Amino acid sequence: MEERPGDDRPQLPPPSLWPVGFAVGVVCLLVGLVISWPVAAVGAAIALVFGFLWAREVATGRAYEAPTADALPADQGPPAMPESTPGERFPRSRFLEGATLGLGAVIGVIVTLPAAGFALLPGFLKQKQHKVDLGPISDFEENKWKVVTFARDVTNANISRRTAFVRNNGLLNGVPSFTVISNRCAHVGCPVQPGGPVFEKDEKTIKTDNGDVLITPVLPAAGFICPCHGGSYDQEGNRIAGPPVRGLDRYEFDIVNGRLILGDLYSVVKVEGSGKTAKIEKVELHGPGQHADGPESWLYPLQPPH
Amino acid sequence: MAAAKSERRDKLQAAAMYPLDWLEERSGLVGGIKYFLFRKVPSDSSWWHTLGSATLTAFLVQLVTGVILAMYYKPSPAEAHSSIEHIQHDLWGGWLVRGMHRWGASVFIILMFMHMGRVFLFGAYKYPRELNWIVGVLILATGLFEGLTGYLLPFDQTAYWATVVAVNINGTAPFVGPYLATILRGGAEIGPDTLSRFYSIHMLLVPGALIGLIGLHLYLVVRLGVSSPPWSKEAAGGEPDDEPPPERSGLVQPGPRAAGVRRRPTE
Repeated sequence: MEERPGDDRPQLPPPSLWPVGFAVGVVCLLVGLVISWPVAAVGAAIALVFGFLWAREVATGRAYEAPTADALPADQGPPAMPESTPGERFPRSRFLEGATLGLGAVIGVIVTLPAAGFALLPGFLKQKQHKVDLGPISDFEENKWKVVTFARDVTNANISRRTAFVRNNGLLNGVPSFTVISNRCAHVGCPVQPGGPVFEKDEKTIKTDNGDVLITPVLPAAGFICPCHGGSYDQEGNRIAGPPVRGLDRYEFDIVNGRLILGDLYSVVKVEGSGKTAKIEKVELHGPGQHADGPESWLYPLQPPH
Repeated sequence: MAAAKSERRDKLQAAAMYPLDWLEERSGLVGGIKYFLFRKVPSDSSWWHTLGSATLTAFLVQLVTGVILAMYYKPSPAEAHSSIEHIQHDLWGGWLVRGMHRWGASVFIILMFMHMGRVFLFGAYKYPRELNWIVGVLILATGLFEGLTGYLLPFDQTAYWATVVAVNINGTAPFVGPYLATILRGGAEIGPDTLSRFYSIHMLLVPGALIGLIGLHLYLVVRLGVSSPPWSKEAAGGEPDDEPPPERSGLVQPGPRAAGVRRRPTE
């Protein structure tokens, strides 16, 4: 077969694996230069050996096979593959379609799941409330109500200020008993107000590890009343009138070294009696507006962590 | 003389049109916009039909003023309210742009309801436009959610307690309520993350959804045509009667009701 000028037969080099080894050797050499000399030496050796083999193959041209026929224009000669019938699907195109959709879905899920989890889950995790030190119990005279304002989370004091109504009930079996009522209305969460005078002149500020605690004497003769929608509660926090669906929530408390320490909130179905002998029907903390008893409470079977 | 002048005029016109032609040849945008702006509407459509465009305009005002307010607003509990006061009292034009956003929010909601009332009273929600009514209701809901999330941002007493109440009302939904409230707050209580969460929802998440929904709403308006008022003698879609209806007229333009012809896509 004679060589013609302008002959555009492809002069492809034969497929060869040696360049792969050569590339691996070069990479190894470059990485070795950064991390350790022995690795660089090994890399150089690999590159040399494979480079030599590659060069030998190119030089001998052993694997090159000349085309067996003259080149033909594309529109002549036999068709490379049979004509497809309209609508025919090839396994390759089906595979590519499935791979595109499938891989797209996998990538979408891999990206979306962590992002959605980050958007939604933190609100449900690590929601344990801090304990709050309200200062020595000597600031709470027996059978007197106080409005106490404190920071639930001292690191975010300006947005975690909470108010509780606190009454020292005196000793019960030798242990001080307190009534600590949250001011969050059980209707939709407005702050309830004491139904009686607040003696702001006698306000006291107690310094604690938890920042400033404000203690103000109060006489809630008419119980507690919500300014938003008129919910009314008696002094034990039982609902008397208005839209609330249950009584006011209460705080767990503890006396540690003569100081009053508030713990978690809980919801109350009903309080019978009053003061230290009151019988309190406790339930897990519910959000405002959520029934804690009766058939309506079946609508709120599971509470997220509070 | 006259011929020379007209030739010059043609040349000038060609030169002026060249950029538009360039754009049209490569994108079809000019034709698309022409189609959108100069499409046929019923000849007896009235001022009532402008309520939708008015709502869209109110939304665009919210979009633009909101983007600018975001340049000065700081969504952290310590800084939020003071940054609003800074916008309101110190910055040039801040009172105006914030006022536009604040009052424009109400205008947007009111116009949505008026547009909805117009569509209802004109019966424009009927076949084949039911889907557009549904999309419109979704726009109304997302628009109201914009109002809810935006209300917290001034971070004063009104904003705080209104949000407490709104989140707690969500919390009373059966079964999912307590979880919904936690998701909204980003925690068991309203905290520092709640403000930035509402801010992100208010300026990124919900506007994105609204833009998509409004795009779909407009696409359906253009595809289905504007409906005639109920007292109209014209066919919906506004094609004159003597023209033969196009191939897919059953879907796009229901035939004249007076003729008693009801073309369905299946027929």
